[in-house]
Amino acid sequence: MTHPLSPPPKKDPQKRSVSPTRPPEVRSRAALHLSAAAAEGRFALQRCADCGKVQYPPRDACSACLSTDLPWQDMAPGGTLIAETTVRTSPRLYFRERMPWRAGTVQLDAGPTVLAHIHGDVARHARVRVTARLDQAGQGVLVALPETDTPNMEDDPLMRALSADPKHRRVLITDARSAQAPALARALQKAGAAIIFAGEPESWRPYPQRAELEALGVQILPMDVTDTASVQKLAGEIGGKTDILINTARFLRPGGVLDRGDTGFARDELEVNYLGLMRLAQAFGPAMCARASDGVNAAAAWVNLLSVGALSNARPFGAYSASQAGAYSLSQSLRAEFRPSGLRVMNVFFGPTEEDDWYQPLPPPRVTAAALARSVVDGLQRGLEDVWCGDIAQDLRDRFRRDPKVLEREMTLGGEGA
Amino acid sequence: MSTLTNLATRLASGEIRVVDLTHTLDPDFPVIILPPEFGQCARFRMEEISAYDHRGPAWKWHNISMSEHTGTHFDAPAHWISGRDLPRAAVDEIDPADFIGPVCVIDCSQGAAEDEDFELTVPLIEGWEAAHGRIPAGAWVLMRTDWSKRRGAGYLNMREDGPHSPGPTPEAIRFLIDQRDIRGFGVETVGTDAGQGSHYTPPYPAHYYLHGAGRYGLQCLSDLDQLPPTGAVLIAAPLKIKNGTGSPLRVLALVEET
Repeated sequence: MTHPLSPPPKKDPQKRSVSPTRPPEVRSRAALHLSAAAAEGRFALQRCADCGKVQYPPRDACSACLSTDLPWQDMAPGGTLIAETTVRTSPRLYFRERMPWRAGTVQLDAGPTVLAHIHGDVARHARVRVTARLDQAGQGVLVALPETDTPNMEDDPLMRALSADPKHRRVLITDARSAQAPALARALQKAGAAIIFAGEPESWRPYPQRAELEALGVQILPMDVTDTASVQKLAGEIGGKTDILINTARFLRPGGVLDRGDTGFARDELEVNYLGLMRLAQAFGPAMCARASDGVNAAAAWVNLLSVGALSNARPFGAYSASQAGAYSLSQSLRAEFRPSGLRVMNVFFGPTEEDDWYQPLPPPRVTAAALARSVVDGLQRGLEDVWCGDIAQDLRDRFRRDPKVLEREMTLGGEGA
Repeated sequence: MSTLTNLATRLASGEIRVVDLTHTLDPDFPVIILPPEFGQCARFRMEEISAYDHRGPAWKWHNISMSEHTGTHFDAPAHWISGRDLPRAAVDEIDPADFIGPVCVIDCSQGAAEDEDFELTVPLIEGWEAAHGRIPAGAWVLMRTDWSKRRGAGYLNMREDGPHSPGPTPEAIRFLIDQRDIRGFGVETVGTDAGQGSHYTPPYPAHYYLHGAGRYGLQCLSDLDQLPPTGAVLIAAPLKIKNGTGSPLRVLALVEET
């Protein structure tokens, strides 16, 4: 079993913080599909459409029949560890700082033999489960896990490096007024978060869930994502101990372009949903990036909660969807900008929510705050980049991937008329 | 010595004191809250454009944004539906002479301390006049409640049945307009109407009657306890916003030291 991770000691103020280092990032274009699947927690390899051979490593032509028709498919995780080594020295800074490092080859039940990082609880020649995870370079790597869960297995240094586990980490929920904030705080607490901060805009306006957050021990601090100075102020105070930031700030109103007739709510949507994200990133991003290798409670992840309407505009929330598309695009820029540090950006997409009053006229299904919180924590624990919470988000994702134009046409039906 | 020279001299000597009745424009200062499906009053916001840096090496400046009705502010007749067809109802059209005038301060601070829904009534106004003399035509009338000393959630005092803060009754406002011909009415709360003013008939009587009669409102005033009941001069000039229904203000009072 893995030795359970202790809460990290307080930092020695005389020591320099460790600069982030990263494992190698370069991959072939074909291999990026492995990363893309790992980004949402799937282990996929190419299977030749002509001869059926499963390929490893990813390639452009089948190693058996030279066919170029190599679709990616999710793989069964089962396999056997056939050889292993423990690397004790390396020219790569990232690995040098994390020696010794266990690696080996696994004979997959699905066919090929793959190179994998090996969890500390895997015995020699044991049966293993192979999963794909994103490393700190944001690339997919294969990991051989024990066939069945072992105690504290998530505390293995390898797993900490391949996740953004909230355990022992300090989390900032950016908007305490969010309908999802209490459920998130509860889930994070259950996952072992050390401290939960919550930003509170407009403390001059009461809201019932404040008492709930207080009872959970959440530290409520003033911040309004539309007020640059307040964001900078909170970042100045706690930016250096924000390990995970979950942006719950959201301005939501129904309406598209013509039915609103003005730009009032749209401005609020952009101020909160788009510029709010930018303000947060400008204030908290640099310190989080600088602390991405800072030990057990290194800064690990930036989490955006996004409407799935970001992918394809969803009436009757047309203008809101546009602001979400903006935020989604900005999150991709953040990914690129955070990459050199290894700080992860996780986007959690969801459909209409149960707790937000504005969805009240819509029929179910709706995403509950508890379900969303579970998705967030699960995504952090697995180090995901993209999480799709609930049936509506998953359905729209699948339809978007099949054909974005067909989805757009379905989402923009004019209705039967004369 | 001319009156103005005399005024300037006495201002310089401190015999006439300038009292600032204005809250600081602060992003965290409360604004009125309406049901969320309505358009909302923008909070004060400030974005730095440069601060002696690569964005502008020798200068610092900000872009600011807010509603016409954010912070200490002026309500013009065009603000309310009852005043929308009046001539010169927007801030850029009002005679600038209206921005400077005598002021009567009715102290309701004790009542407001005891009852957050305290009402300014006709008998209270008559009682004030018995002590301080009749309110002259063209005067500003300010309702002092010391509400400007409240901070945080206590200012709007919002509860599930809406905000609770003092204000005038419909009869009191009608009395001030019809019987005393006031220039306008000012308060230390977020609106000229009481927090529960939507439950009067007509709803929001101060807004409805004042602006319907071409009179003005002053809101979110501060430090009215610094003013004497009578004798001060109020200076409240809104920004000259084309078709503006109101404006953030710097409200000053000239108070003669006695």
